[in-house]
Amino acid sequence: MIEIKNLHATVDGKEILKGIDLTINPGEVHAIMGPNGSGKSTLSYVLAGRDGYEITEGSVSFCGKDLLEMEPEERAAAGLFLAFQYPVEIPGVANTTFLKSALNAIRKQRGEPELDAMQFLKLVREKTKALSMTDEMLKRAVNVGFSGGEKKRNETLQMAVLQPKFAILDETDSGLDIDALKIVAEGVNALRSPERSMLVITHYQRLLDYIVPDHVHVLAFGKIQRSGGKELALELEKNGYAEFGVNEAA
Amino acid sequence: MATTTLTKAPRGYDPAAATPFLEQLDRVKGGLPGGGLSWLDGLRDQGGARFAELGLPTVKNESWRYTNLRALDKLAFQPAADAGEAVRFDVLPTVRADGTTGPRLVFVDGRFRAELSSTAGLPTGVELLNLADVLARNPDLVAGHLGRIAAPDDQPLVALNTAFLADGPVLHVPRGVTVDETIELVFVSVGSEAQPTAFHPRGLIVAEADSRAVIVEHHVGLGSCTTLSNGVTEVFVGAGASVHHYKVQREHTESFHLSHTAAKVAGKGIYDNFILTIGAKLSRNEVNSVLDGEEGDTHVSGAYMVRGGQHVDTTTFIDHAKPCCTSREVYKGVIDDQARAVFQGKIIVRPDAQKTDGYQQNRALLLSDTAEIDAKPELEIYADDVKCSHGATVGELDDDQLFYLRARGIDKDTARGLLIGAFLSEALEEIAEESVRDAFQSYVANWQNAR
Repeated sequence: MIEIKNLHATVDGKEILKGIDLTINPGEVHAIMGPNGSGKSTLSYVLAGRDGYEITEGSVSFCGKDLLEMEPEERAAAGLFLAFQYPVEIPGVANTTFLKSALNAIRKQRGEPELDAMQFLKLVREKTKALSMTDEMLKRAVNVGFSGGEKKRNETLQMAVLQPKFAILDETDSGLDIDALKIVAEGVNALRSPERSMLVITHYQRLLDYIVPDHVHVLAFGKIQRSGGKELALELEKNGYAEFGVNEAA
Repeated sequence: MATTTLTKAPRGYDPAAATPFLEQLDRVKGGLPGGGLSWLDGLRDQGGARFAELGLPTVKNESWRYTNLRALDKLAFQPAADAGEAVRFDVLPTVRADGTTGPRLVFVDGRFRAELSSTAGLPTGVELLNLADVLARNPDLVAGHLGRIAAPDDQPLVALNTAFLADGPVLHVPRGVTVDETIELVFVSVGSEAQPTAFHPRGLIVAEADSRAVIVEHHVGLGSCTTLSNGVTEVFVGAGASVHHYKVQREHTESFHLSHTAAKVAGKGIYDNFILTIGAKLSRNEVNSVLDGEEGDTHVSGAYMVRGGQHVDTTTFIDHAKPCCTSREVYKGVIDDQARAVFQGKIIVRPDAQKTDGYQQNRALLLSDTAEIDAKPELEIYADDVKCSHGATVGELDDDQLFYLRARGIDKDTARGLLIGAFLSEALEEIAEESVRDAFQSYVANWQNAR
């Protein structure tokens, strides 16, 4: 699905990613855990194509294509999805308008027919129900006035509507209470399939109780320091990141 | 020792610029409608004399600091010839649904075109006429109102308009009458291949106590000849009456559009003004609203979108003259390329105007590094029990928002369009009439698609 090789990236001349190697096969769920400042969010933004990051070395191949050559919207059309840590508020654009524009833009780029208003409404109603979202949340402006939990549910809804091949969940658990976390995790788990891969980025093990990964990687100082199975997450929860030379109390 | 130079003209005016207009005036004066009526001759003479003294304002004039009219000097505008029936129209702009008609007056280069106009569907007693006819046949209808709020004294362009005062829309709504149909006023600038053409439309709206009317002005251009429209409209809002006055200006970019609207609102009256500016090379909309009775309410809002070398100036003046009135002003604009926008919004709260509630906001979105906005909000408050707030912001498209949309598959241009539309929608929300809001929104969308 995605193959990241020796990826180096700098922000304002400062190297944040210092050689990431990671391969994710179809159907696999990988978790990247790491302390603050380890490069977790940089990795997710670099993969999604945000401006402001310079790739100095390495490559990323996504479904056989050079991901780093693609515009953000082309990456989305190719099946990449980033669930934002901080979903952006867009006053004046209704959530439904946004979702419909996104879905049809992606369908258009893929050469699929666009959905009309009725077809779209049917699809989106089905998905909102599963995430305990109300019609009212669809009518509101994108993420404006949404609580932390509502924003994350809205991200999950977008993922459910856009049906990506590969989803990056960037700190999806941040700002969520346990009930909200369960709803979001259920929504994410419902999307797990043998064809879909996921990369779950998190600081804490808690989320991984609900979205159980196949592989866990520890990211610190811009590199993957260790990889293992889901038990690695539990070990980190117990011992913290000290083993990797990180003093989180500082 | 400082020396002082004394000249006859006040600082900030260029009397020499009046000369070509005054020469034209001498030629057309004898043929102006209603000539010989002493009050009307007096009014025109007053306008002509004041314009002769002042001429055009210059950038040394505080109110004209950011808008330079020197381009007008060079163009030697001539009065509009009667386009007669030579100009044909396939479609005239409207906010109505396809296939429906309603009351409408059409003016081409400032002159009334009866065969394109209709007053069908108006309630009994409502007068919708053109000024030239009124002056010729029933001048008493307007004698008590013309020139009473838009005075030529310190307004050279009002003076110029008054000197040439000839034609334009007249609406009179009697006491207690509600006009359900939206009244449309269509102004088409055509001009002439031979020389730049100037016209000075003069409008009058009188809504008596407890009446209601919705008016939409369309200003469009046909062809690409250079034209100058220098319009003045006076609006009298009676006690408890409400006037919703919407305007969209979509002239082509060889036109100059100057407009002065002066409203006077009696107690519990509502004057609601909204202007959407898309066209013209240079435009200036002045809106003055005087809250002249207790518990009056005025909305002075609008949106503009300019690009290329366009210049748009919005200069508003809200005068809280009496207690317990509210005013609301929301202006939003999008400026691209080398275009330039000016926003000057003045609010005065007179000593007597206690319990005033005023709100002003103007926001501009710059789409290029060479776009420019000059914003000058001015609040003068002389009463002490007043709630008045204002805000001005200038920004660019938000990178985080753009990236969020693109990360969901929406291409860059569409994403920009969505964000620009969202930015302007806040202003368009100020339009209470749904059919007007929808039509204006479609003009906004067309502007974006024309990129």
